[in-house]
Amino acid sequence: MAVAEPIIPNDQDTGQSELAHRLARTWRQSGGFWGWFSNTHHTDIGIRFMVTAFIFFLLAGILAAMMRLQLIRPENSLMGPDLYNQIFTMHGSTMIFLFAVPMMFQGFGVYVVPLMCGARNIAFPRLNAFSYYLYVGGALVLWGGLLTNTGPDVGWFAYVPLSGPAYSPGHRADIWSQMITFTEVSALGVAICLATTILRHRAPGMTLNRMPILLWEKLVISMMVIFAMPAVMIASGLLLLDRLVGTHFFNPAEGGDVLLYQHLFWFFGHPEVYIIFLPGAAIISTLVECFSRRRIFGYTPIVVSVVATGFVGFSVWVHHMFATGLPQLSESFFTAASLMIVIPTGVQFFCWVATIWNGRLQLRLPMLWAFGFFFVFLIGGLSGVMLASVPLDLQVHDTYFVVAHFHYVLIGGALFPMFAGIYFWFPKMTGRIADETLGKWHFWLFFIGFNITFFTLHFLGLRGMPRRVYTYSPDMHWHRLNLLASSGVIFMTAGLLVFLANMLRSRKSGEIAGNNPWGDAGLEWSVSSPPPAYNFLHIPTVSGRDPLWEDPPDQPIVVGLRDDIRETLVTHSLDADPQYKEEDPGPSIWPFLAALTVSATFVGSIFTPWAVPIGAPPVIVTLLGWLWPRGHSPAPRLAGEL
Amino acid sequence: MKLLELSFIPARLVIQAMPLNPGSHLVLHAGAPQGRNIEWLYWSIFWVLVAVFVLMIAAFTRAGARSHVSAWKPLPIIENDEADRRAAWAVWSAVGVTVITLFVILVISVVTGKRVEGLTSKNPVTVQITGHQWWWEVTYPNSQADQTITTANEIHIPINTRVVVLTNSADVIHSFWAPSITGKRDLLPGYSSAFWFEVDKAGIYHGQCAEFCGLQHAHMGFSVIAEPVDKFDAWKRQQLKPASDPSDAEASRGRDVFLTHACLMCHTIRGTDAGSRFGPDLTHVASRNMIAAETLPNTAGALGGWIVDPQRIKPGTKMTPNALAPDDLQALIVYLRSLE
Repeated sequence: MAVAEPIIPNDQDTGQSELAHRLARTWRQSGGFWGWFSNTHHTDIGIRFMVTAFIFFLLAGILAAMMRLQLIRPENSLMGPDLYNQIFTMHGSTMIFLFAVPMMFQGFGVYVVPLMCGARNIAFPRLNAFSYYLYVGGALVLWGGLLTNTGPDVGWFAYVPLSGPAYSPGHRADIWSQMITFTEVSALGVAICLATTILRHRAPGMTLNRMPILLWEKLVISMMVIFAMPAVMIASGLLLLDRLVGTHFFNPAEGGDVLLYQHLFWFFGHPEVYIIFLPGAAIISTLVECFSRRRIFGYTPIVVSVVATGFVGFSVWVHHMFATGLPQLSESFFTAASLMIVIPTGVQFFCWVATIWNGRLQLRLPMLWAFGFFFVFLIGGLSGVMLASVPLDLQVHDTYFVVAHFHYVLIGGALFPMFAGIYFWFPKMTGRIADETLGKWHFWLFFIGFNITFFTLHFLGLRGMPRRVYTYSPDMHWHRLNLLASSGVIFMTAGLLVFLANMLRSRKSGEIAGNNPWGDAGLEWSVSSPPPAYNFLHIPTVSGRDPLWEDPPDQPIVVGLRDDIRETLVTHSLDADPQYKEEDPGPSIWPFLAALTVSATFVGSIFTPWAVPIGAPPVIVTLLGWLWPRGHSPAPRLAGEL
Repeated sequence: MKLLELSFIPARLVIQAMPLNPGSHLVLHAGAPQGRNIEWLYWSIFWVLVAVFVLMIAAFTRAGARSHVSAWKPLPIIENDEADRRAAWAVWSAVGVTVITLFVILVISVVTGKRVEGLTSKNPVTVQITGHQWWWEVTYPNSQADQTITTANEIHIPINTRVVVLTNSADVIHSFWAPSITGKRDLLPGYSSAFWFEVDKAGIYHGQCAEFCGLQHAHMGFSVIAEPVDKFDAWKRQQLKPASDPSDAEASRGRDVFLTHACLMCHTIRGTDAGSRFGPDLTHVASRNMIAAETLPNTAGALGGWIVDPQRIKPGTKMTPNALAPDDLQALIVYLRSLE
């Protein structure tokens, strides 16, 4: 059978330094300039996803500050509508497509999931690297657009016909549509990598019902990405066809349908909210368990809730379209569905309370951020109940009330857990613990600033201020509340500066973390910080939901994987029995080159349809290079040989 | 508790910053039956949610306070199955209460929705509203063409009468919203839909486009002028008349300016040769309070500034600048201001 006898937990294993040496040599990434681009290890790509996404978070934050500055008084002449429309479109598009999903789903997922599974690398590492470069390509296209005065100006949702050829000449809307293609291909690629890793690379013994909640959530999110993203790619693809080759999918004058676009967009758009929120909930479940010093209360209800959210999340999209005048019966259906999705989220909240209640709470920095999440997301969730009601939604839809609501949900559901997660896994990524005092300053500054800005926006919405206006009349008496809202930006900016200082400082001079500074149960804490290139000296086995808490000291480990090639273990998707040994394809420059050629084709097709036939041969060449057979046969070997 | 206290600071600041202004653009001080129904729904749900919020924050605070230990190093893991059984009972009760609460919210929401949307009146006033970038075309259709009124941005209605609004858009999606009256309705190109509202207090209700519609989405206001039936009828009779002939030489010259410059390419003045429907109908422009979709007051100065350089006031508007000679401009303003 697969699991052999040697018994020593691998982090204390000094006798096997020879093996560690050989593994390090086998799994080494090449250095140098090209080596950087051919890296396919998930920890490196994961951190790159996070750092890149965070840079775009800061850029989009600067845009937000510019908007708050413009709205600080009525009839402000700081910027005109042309610039303002580009800025709010860029803010939304960047935050959703270049920050929230790449950070919460791709970044954390790619970094943490293989470690939590006990795997040596992510499944399809080259596809993973390709996804990263394609994401960067999309980000550069979008921001290159803004810097050349071609920034999209039709809103992050780009409703037709405003974004169609008749009302948006030029290439602004094209850039938006093509950016969607980039980022969605990237998200789909990572979804496939993560789902496969979770289903096929779990450590032996980690059956489905022993999977950490975080892995469950990542699996559900990956499935949601696979089902939701095609809808928006169809929407933006048809829009591009309308714009570039003169089709009439969305042109009402020729029998096209403007509502079709909205259905396609929101069929993606609402699941997207859960694609952003569930990774946050996953982090919170992990932290609540760790810092309450007990197993999470209600593992099964939480998992069922997450899966239920994954399904119900696809049946609420019409609540973005109540004002289009749909029949009352269908609106009532979507009201019911939108209210129903509160239940699984409520179950998770109740289980978190119960876990803390019957645990021993250690309010370390990540947990402080988790409490920030409880407060902020709760407010956002409750105002969301209001928005599910058709008559109320018809009043506050497209006003600052909705702006307040979704910032409470998204900043609460993604940004607070993100900071919690960064402070939590920072020791794993860097080997050092982030400074706790600076972290608390960061928390309180950001928390106070956030609430000043966004709580105020509820009042503006109820006073009738619509979204996406570049200015307003003094007669509306919105200026005092706008001034108050804008003042919160100062606190948030200060908080973020403290965070950046903390990261830079702690990376070099923070307290040494050791393998498991928080005493958490996940497999990622059994290896050194930062993890070695091969992750695990021996693939571990697990016998419970919380491996490091429950496994006896003589827990078996997997032996028999070769150390001269990059061999990984494939296990059964349900009960995680070893099935095959498979070779990890190793570093390669081809995913980067493929991303380059694909990006060039995508960008070119903004300008001429000929870019597709001209761009295809280079793409094919790079794909051939990527898929070229290696010297020795990687034929799967049965795990019986282990 | 620290968390809770701090959370009140922004709320307090907001309250200090908000003496309610008397403007009629408020969701929560509605001047119409539908708006008041929605306001009732708002407060009903609001207080339920406040209760939920307080309970949840109390639960988290209590849970944190009772289980908090100030140790720095990770403590050993504890298990307490007995306590967990009690917690399970509490959690499932909370889920049950949640389901019931949500169901109540669903019922009152659907009931309010029916009250707000169902149309029962037999003799409504019908108004056709067409969204344009960036103004509102308002038509009172009638089977006889000469009994049809066309105006812009200001919607006169009689009080205590159902008003059926037929929606349409000439270009992109707009959304018709007067917060003090009722919820919004999108104007979709290619779709005609209808909804109704009613106002029972005379007054001027402000409204604004609520769906992003391009450069001048911010300056796409309108107003609903609700007045007693007799005043409404008088207004209607006045609007049905063609434009009055100029009464003096300057106004007459103004009309010539209008008909010999770019004005007539886009605007209609009934009773003259100007008949284009690209821009607002100006037959009775002097009877309106505001111009440029509620952007400027309808004064001689504002009108002159608008005619000469509309792009400065509403950058991107479809109206082109008009470099008129000062005399011509003066005459044109006099003429337009005579179009009561």
